[in-house]
Amino acid sequence: MLISDYNPITGYIALWNGIFGDSYAIGETIRQISPYLLAGLAVAFAFRTGLFNIGVEGQLIVGWFAAAYVGIAFDLPKIIHLPFALIAAAAAGALWGLVPGILKATLKVHEVIVTIMMNYIALHVVNALIKTLSGGGFKLERIHQSASLRSEFLSNLTDYSTLHYGIFVALAMVVVMWFILEKTKTGFELKSVGYNDNAARYAGMSANKNIVLAMVISGAFAGLGGAMEALGTFGNMSSMGGFTGIGFDGIAVALLGANTPLGVIFGATLFGSLKYGANNMPNEAGIPVEIVSIIIALVIFFVACGYIIRVGLIRLRNKKEEK
Amino acid sequence: MNYVIEMLDVSKRFGNFYANDHITLQLEKGEIHALLGENGAGKSTLMNVLFGLYQPDGGEIRVRGENVAITDPNVANDLGIGMVHQHFMLVENLTVTENIILGSEPTKSGIINIKDSAKKVAEISRMYGLDVDPYAKIEDISVGMQQRVEILKTLYRGADILIFDEPTASLTPQEIDELLNIMKKLVAEGKSIILITHKLAEIMNVSDKVTVIRKGKGIGTVITSETNPEELATLMVGRQVTFKTEKGPSQPTEEVLKIENLQVNDYRGVAKLKGLNLSVRRGEIIGIAGIDGNGQSELIEAITGLTKVKSGKIFINDEDVTNKKPRKITETGIGHIPQDRHKHGLILDFSVAYNSALQSYYHEPLSKGGIMNYKEINERAGEIIKEYDVRTQGAHELARALSGGNQQKLIIGREIMRNPDLLIAALPTRGLDVGAIEFIHRRLIEQRDKGKAVLLITFELDEVMNVSDKIAVMYDGTIVGTVNPKETTEQALGLMMAGHSKDVAEKKVLAAEKDGDEHHVE
Repeated sequence: MLISDYNPITGYIALWNGIFGDSYAIGETIRQISPYLLAGLAVAFAFRTGLFNIGVEGQLIVGWFAAAYVGIAFDLPKIIHLPFALIAAAAAGALWGLVPGILKATLKVHEVIVTIMMNYIALHVVNALIKTLSGGGFKLERIHQSASLRSEFLSNLTDYSTLHYGIFVALAMVVVMWFILEKTKTGFELKSVGYNDNAARYAGMSANKNIVLAMVISGAFAGLGGAMEALGTFGNMSSMGGFTGIGFDGIAVALLGANTPLGVIFGATLFGSLKYGANNMPNEAGIPVEIVSIIIALVIFFVACGYIIRVGLIRLRNKKEEK
Repeated sequence: MNYVIEMLDVSKRFGNFYANDHITLQLEKGEIHALLGENGAGKSTLMNVLFGLYQPDGGEIRVRGENVAITDPNVANDLGIGMVHQHFMLVENLTVTENIILGSEPTKSGIINIKDSAKKVAEISRMYGLDVDPYAKIEDISVGMQQRVEILKTLYRGADILIFDEPTASLTPQEIDELLNIMKKLVAEGKSIILITHKLAEIMNVSDKVTVIRKGKGIGTVITSETNPEELATLMVGRQVTFKTEKGPSQPTEEVLKIENLQVNDYRGVAKLKGLNLSVRRGEIIGIAGIDGNGQSELIEAITGLTKVKSGKIFINDEDVTNKKPRKITETGIGHIPQDRHKHGLILDFSVAYNSALQSYYHEPLSKGGIMNYKEINERAGEIIKEYDVRTQGAHELARALSGGNQQKLIIGREIMRNPDLLIAALPTRGLDVGAIEFIHRRLIEQRDKGKAVLLITFELDEVMNVSDKIAVMYDGTIVGTVNPKETTEQALGLMMAGHSKDVAEKKVLAAEKDGDEHHVE
């Protein structure tokens, strides 16, 4: 920042204020965290089972669309409509995860290739659908109130921010992921296959079944991430010129969180707050958005470095003690 | 005395743990000095101190009579100390010569001079009878050859004191013989050798002196010609060890495993099993002897359902299990100790407790209605740890942190606790020390005495002779003959393993004995 002639101190103060400055900012920050949480969970879940799901982005987009569509097309009481829309989003994401899962299990096609391609398919199919549904327009109608995650209470509490109930859905999913991995038989199998598929096969587990299942669950998390945007933040869906980036950031969120449910909360909080808080830097300190992006990237880079160094140190110490 | 290396009262501590507690080792010029100890006794630590990878906390090191401080491996190299590591440090897609000069490439105006180096490599190779092609690529040559490249590397750099760290662990019996001969040749040319091993046969065969360490302490040095394997084993383990595992006669009853005309192809479609027949009954141990790669792996995988059977039938307790799912077959009463415990037997990043549940997690009470019961799993793991003497800090420790012997005990405990009718043990003692081997053999015999069937697959002749009640010799995808270990010799077995029928093998051995006798007369 100094090099490009801006005052770093006012810059960082602006960042801080953007995140925690007032109750409105806090509300918006929390709102921003929800999709990151779910995207992070999706990537982390796949990682834990030995898969690299780069398709979170696409799964999130189809989830977004599915939730928005259900929100518009049906008119149901809230108690049915909202869960229905959420489930639709999860199902759409799961379906998008199912395809690479099946291809990997049956034909040994690497999931990274398939998921990247599925991202493009998702983007353009959804754009085309939006065009058809809106009669040539670029935007779907607003969803019905009965499917919305919006909360007047939370909104009032945070000075009319767009904070919505999605954060609770996201946190519930953190618990769900922990429960699946740590408590269930399925989780035990998924982890076994992830760590050592040979040994899992020897123990009579079906690696293929678990690969598909892992991708489906991972996709469902991502789809829910899309629902956050559809039912909470935006309340509708516009056709997109490019990817949202949330799915890709999810990879970093998961890695920062060491692929554990609790760690993902940490990673998502860091990402969400920086992303949202950074919006304030151009306003308050007059720093161009491009430089802000670089700064955010650097902050995350250093956090990741610090984390890796710490892990490295712990490993080193353990090793010494072993000997 | 003319010592080339003296390590006097050397200690090395990690935290509060003494890996080496005042150990003394003196190497004379031109001798092969064996360093013997169980896994984890501190042999490697001591050698790493000598090679400069660790700094000692006490004691002194003298090389050719002079006190030295070996601060890093370069110092060791300069002093003429070379190490042949257990895991080779070679670049697969480079040639022998390129690997040897790696790190100190001789250059002529900036260009590497491969030709001269290759000539020098060939010269050294000839001098010690190593028979290595300087232009061969590492990935194209056998494990035994790769090891010779490691030896060449140390010689090329001018080492005259060579440390061999468990050199025979990954070699075939023939390669072991050749290596031992090379070592003899090296000392005949004036080199001195420290041989780290826990294999007593090699020590008796090749070494001049043996220094024994146990749990980090130096037990003493003995002259090989004045000792015997039993004494060495006792020194190493700290108690009496029986080599011949005692067992009563077998009382086989009904058939558990029956294999009829089994044919299996590998993934390229090459026939690996060519019509194999085998029968294992309750109360007997059938040993499969054979050289690696004659279809043993395919046989095990076919029985356990891990590979597709092309034709033929497999019955377990009269039930046809041919091409059934692995879990279905396991449920008919099979326990399996896989040959590669890291790849197939354990999930190293799982805790001991998780690993102990790998084969039975889906049954009550370990899990119920899809929910795992980790309390029960931990309790069960605790039982295995106690019953099978698995030395670990607790059920929560990662399997990775256990020594090889303890990992193997964990697997054996897990399999036997499931009370299988047929126990398949593939190379159950590979890489283990005598104490652990004895333990595992006793457990196998115990299963037999309980009326279970045991199928033992091994490459070790001693093991198959000692433990089995019947030996089926496998060659090129079939069983070439079945012999009684009490009525056969290692020579006859060896000939059968090379593909001769039982009759031919026995005749040849008789002829050879007669030959020997005649020489005697002359």
